[in-house]
Amino acid sequence: MPTPTTQNLENAYQNSELELDLFLEAVYRKYGYDFRSYSRASLRRRVQNQLDLLKVDNICELIHIVVNDENIFVDILDQMTVNVTEMFRDPHFYKSFRENIAPQLKSYPSLKIWHAGCSTGQEVYSMCILLQELGLYEKTQIYATDIDSNVLKKAKKGIFPIQSAALYSRNYQESGGLNSLSDYYTARYDSIIMNNSLKKNIIFADHDLATDQVFSEMQVIICRNVLIYFNSALQNRVFHLFSNSLDYSGYLCLGSKESLRFSNCYSLYDTLDSQYKMYKKIQQHEPFPLTIDR
Amino acid sequence: MPSKKQNRLKNQFELIVIGASWGGLEALSNLLTPLPKDYATPILVVQHRQRNQLGSTHLSNILNQRCPLNVIEPDDKEIIEAGNVYVSPSDYHMLVEEKGMLALSSDELVHYSRPSIDLLFESAAEIYLNKVIGIILTGANQDGAKGLATINKWGGYSIVQAPETAEKSTMPLAAISATQPDVILTLTEITSHLLQV
Repeated sequence: MPTPTTQNLENAYQNSELELDLFLEAVYRKYGYDFRSYSRASLRRRVQNQLDLLKVDNICELIHIVVNDENIFVDILDQMTVNVTEMFRDPHFYKSFRENIAPQLKSYPSLKIWHAGCSTGQEVYSMCILLQELGLYEKTQIYATDIDSNVLKKAKKGIFPIQSAALYSRNYQESGGLNSLSDYYTARYDSIIMNNSLKKNIIFADHDLATDQVFSEMQVIICRNVLIYFNSALQNRVFHLFSNSLDYSGYLCLGSKESLRFSNCYSLYDTLDSQYKMYKKIQQHEPFPLTIDR
Repeated sequence: MPSKKQNRLKNQFELIVIGASWGGLEALSNLLTPLPKDYATPILVVQHRQRNQLGSTHLSNILNQRCPLNVIEPDDKEIIEAGNVYVSPSDYHMLVEEKGMLALSSDELVHYSRPSIDLLFESAAEIYLNKVIGIILTGANQDGAKGLATINKWGGYSIVQAPETAEKSTMPLAAISATQPDVILTLTEITSHLLQV
């Protein structure tokens, strides 16, 4: 095989990028799902997997298939929207929250916490347990949001498979929990049902981080392992959205590999925990524009 | 060395990707330690290892103590800069998002592994085209073979550790049977190769 020239390679690369754009545009216009601002590296791979799976040579053929066959689109959608969650996921995050943020929240007469991208709710209930143990729950309103109304329905029910209980308990103990996790749920048949006392201050709502607006004057925003699926332009929009939504001296918690460092909001914040990505807003600012650079 | 390969080495390479598994820590130490602090090409490394409950940075700490280069475990969307070695965090895939930027992902395991060498190599090939060097080191599985073939396909430079010198030869052998590498070398030879780039 002759060594390809740089020019040819560049062309081939530009063409494949164009085809990927067209595919995302087709999915958006046909089915209303907007993946145009998702992490490019993962998108390329998922689309390549579909090409291999369906044994088609190029993305243009894939566009034709997907536009004309909703079942195939549903399979692709399943791949695109992975919901990985567990109670007290990354136990040390909760430990750090207990130590670094919770003590500061004691002096507030009331609290508003926004949990963005809450999926099926395990991490929201985890935070509620922590708040109860620290005597903060009664004065707190929790807004738990997700783009996917199906996972929100599950989150609202707060019923999880009993097979997960052992892992959840282990995580809870590691997170510095004061009691036994089983104090917070009822086991029934093959499920655990979270106590109503945890649910009463949670409002579950649809919210799309790519298009929707602010939740105003939050004291805490938690958004963990959601931004990792987005490209840097959409990440920046979300950081703007969070900054606009946070109270002066509010707290922002991200996933342990998600960082504010690469955003233009970084200088507004103090880093409380660089490993578990906890930030405190220390500067007032004019509202940021909520656009996405394409 | 044949002249064609010499010409290709004179290419301005912009990125080096390395995949290692069983026996990889020692191999990586030997390979990276002689590279100077101001080495001009950034290096991305996937080393298979157990999911680490504490999320600690054990591997990068060890390499950092031994190498003049700055070894870090990156965050998502970290900027890729010369003088750094980026080691994929445990339980995350590491990919090239665009030129000069990497991405992490929690997507499903590939070859029973997260991080996956194939994913790093394929994403690097697609973005850096013929400006990337891919290196497969010791390991007891097949990961990286497909990725190295992709690097070859896009005109990048492919290096495999000589199987008989690897602690586990399965991974180098799998790479060699999946694609014809530009060179098959010992660790010392790979390092002197990298010092010529």
